Amino acid sequence: MAPASVAPFPTRRPRAVLPRAARDPAWARWALTAVALAFLAFFLVLPLVVVFAEAFSKGLGFFLATVREPDALAAIRLTLLTVAIVVPANVVFGVAAAWAIAKFRFRGKSLLTTLIDLPFAVSPVISGLVYVLVFGAQGWFGPWLIAHNIRIIFAVPGIVLATTFVTFPFVARELIPLMQAQGTDEEYSAVTLGASGWQIFWRVTLPNIRWGLFYGVILCNARAMGEFGAVSVVSGHIRGETNTMPLHVEILYNEYNIAGAFAVASLLALLALATLVAKSVIEWRQTGTP
Amino acid sequence: MLSDAATVASTRTHSARSILPGFGLSLGFTLAYLGLIVLVPLSAAFLKTAGMSWHDFTAAVASPRVIAAYRLSFGASLAAGFVNMVFGLVVAWVLVRYSFPGKRIVDALVDLPFALPTAVAGIALTSLYASNGWVGRWLAPLGFRVAFTWTGVFVALTFIGLPFVVRTVQPVLQELEPEIEEAASTLGANRRQTVIRILLPELMPSLLTGFALAFARALGEYGSVVFISGNMPMKTEIVPLLIITKLEQYDYRGATAIAVVMLVSSFVLLLLINLLQKWSRRFHAI
Repeated sequence: MAPASVAPFPTRRPRAVLPRAARDPAWARWALTAVALAFLAFFLVLPLVVVFAEAFSKGLGFFLATVREPDALAAIRLTLLTVAIVVPANVVFGVAAAWAIAKFRFRGKSLLTTLIDLPFAVSPVISGLVYVLVFGAQGWFGPWLIAHNIRIIFAVPGIVLATTFVTFPFVARELIPLMQAQGTDEEYSAVTLGASGWQIFWRVTLPNIRWGLFYGVILCNARAMGEFGAVSVVSGHIRGETNTMPLHVEILYNEYNIAGAFAVASLLALLALATLVAKSVIEWRQTGTP
Repeated sequence: MLSDAATVASTRTHSARSILPGFGLSLGFTLAYLGLIVLVPLSAAFLKTAGMSWHDFTAAVASPRVIAAYRLSFGASLAAGFVNMVFGLVVAWVLVRYSFPGKRIVDALVDLPFALPTAVAGIALTSLYASNGWVGRWLAPLGFRVAFTWTGVFVALTFIGLPFVVRTVQPVLQELEPEIEEAASTLGANRRQTVIRILLPELMPSLLTGFALAFARALGEYGSVVFISGNMPMKTEIVPLLIITKLEQYDYRGATAIAVVMLVSSFVLLLLINLLQKWSRRFHAI
């Protein structure tokens, strides 16, 4: 993710203050703006528009029938279930990691911070593969799991684990810089006034980090709902059972049900748009600009 | 350990260790969760490969089909990263320095590739660039095919890497004092000289960081590429797809060996990115 996070930007310089020497000639302004907008229109707007255009290409009735079909509903339910487990787990981890890293001093802190970012450097496909190596039939615990009739790979637990891996850093990496910047003064005061550990956390720290936390949660949620590569490796693609929404999109697409694939995809695209809106609102709050 | 404790004992931060509660609990939970979710599974890949003989390993990671996949993945990722470096700089510049109607929406939209599920991006791009698609139908008469070719892979990787350069350059550009440009101008530099000799060197660390981040993301990308690439062995088969193909053939060793090569490349890149960020911080301290 972009390193530019909720850490407040320096207040924006009003345009008029920009000295003459830092201003570009009008032709350069027009040309650069045109190039930037054309690039973004081509690579961002067009793909987004085509999703909705294709989704409704066979009419509203077809769209509704596709997203209300039992397999589609099962995929939506599984995606929501996964998110309901993964996001809270990564929130608890993110808060714990940020508390330890931002409020205390210990050896190996920068190594720990680097390790937390590690999943971002791993291909989603490899994120799925490593769980197959641990829990798959030929994996470390494979024989034991089979003997006890527990299914992890090609079942829901595998999907949850792979999604947790892929979204692992999101909350932590929003909270760590934020809590580091806030320091420990307020917590000290609370201790001096006799507050207990949990009181400090709920009454002092949490209110201070709530927007950063919310920001991390929406990014984590978006990625968890949309994860494809990692889930694809561990899911087994059983319709109605181990199919998440992105996998359902793939199945419909490979069956040449293009309008159907885009109908389900448009739900995910709506989620992406909602994520962008929520993200912008939080950023505007942080920078103080409306 | 003792001497270390003694040195920190005098600082204020150390007293924090004793006043604020929850150090053991939070660090313990962090390490346990990190170990169980990330480190143990990742080590499984390395241990699995360690059990292979050198001959088997090289046969798995250096067969012609795998080499072709590396060339495609690294080549298209480099090209996409480079295009994003150039256009990302232009987009960041326009967003920071100019004002135009709808700028806020454009700014928010830059993050779309982060928020849009990769499979959705994949089918959308395929439908646009297929020979009967909105864009493809104009390119087809010119004899230019995008979907199911190298160019298709490149287009998908450009989409996925788009936000990285913009989001790393933007904050640096925002903090840049326009007074520097004014100084250059009073010393007789024209605008072109100011941009090339003053601004670009200042932005270079963040540009390279953005490039490296986009490149790293593109190397491992799967969902947005598989639909548009056509997946022909030796031609349009990316490395992550090859790993999945091997898994589907129950060739776990072969898949893991290739995965280890990719993991090592990613870790080297991660190290490089960290060094770049350190460099860019030092750059700005001056």
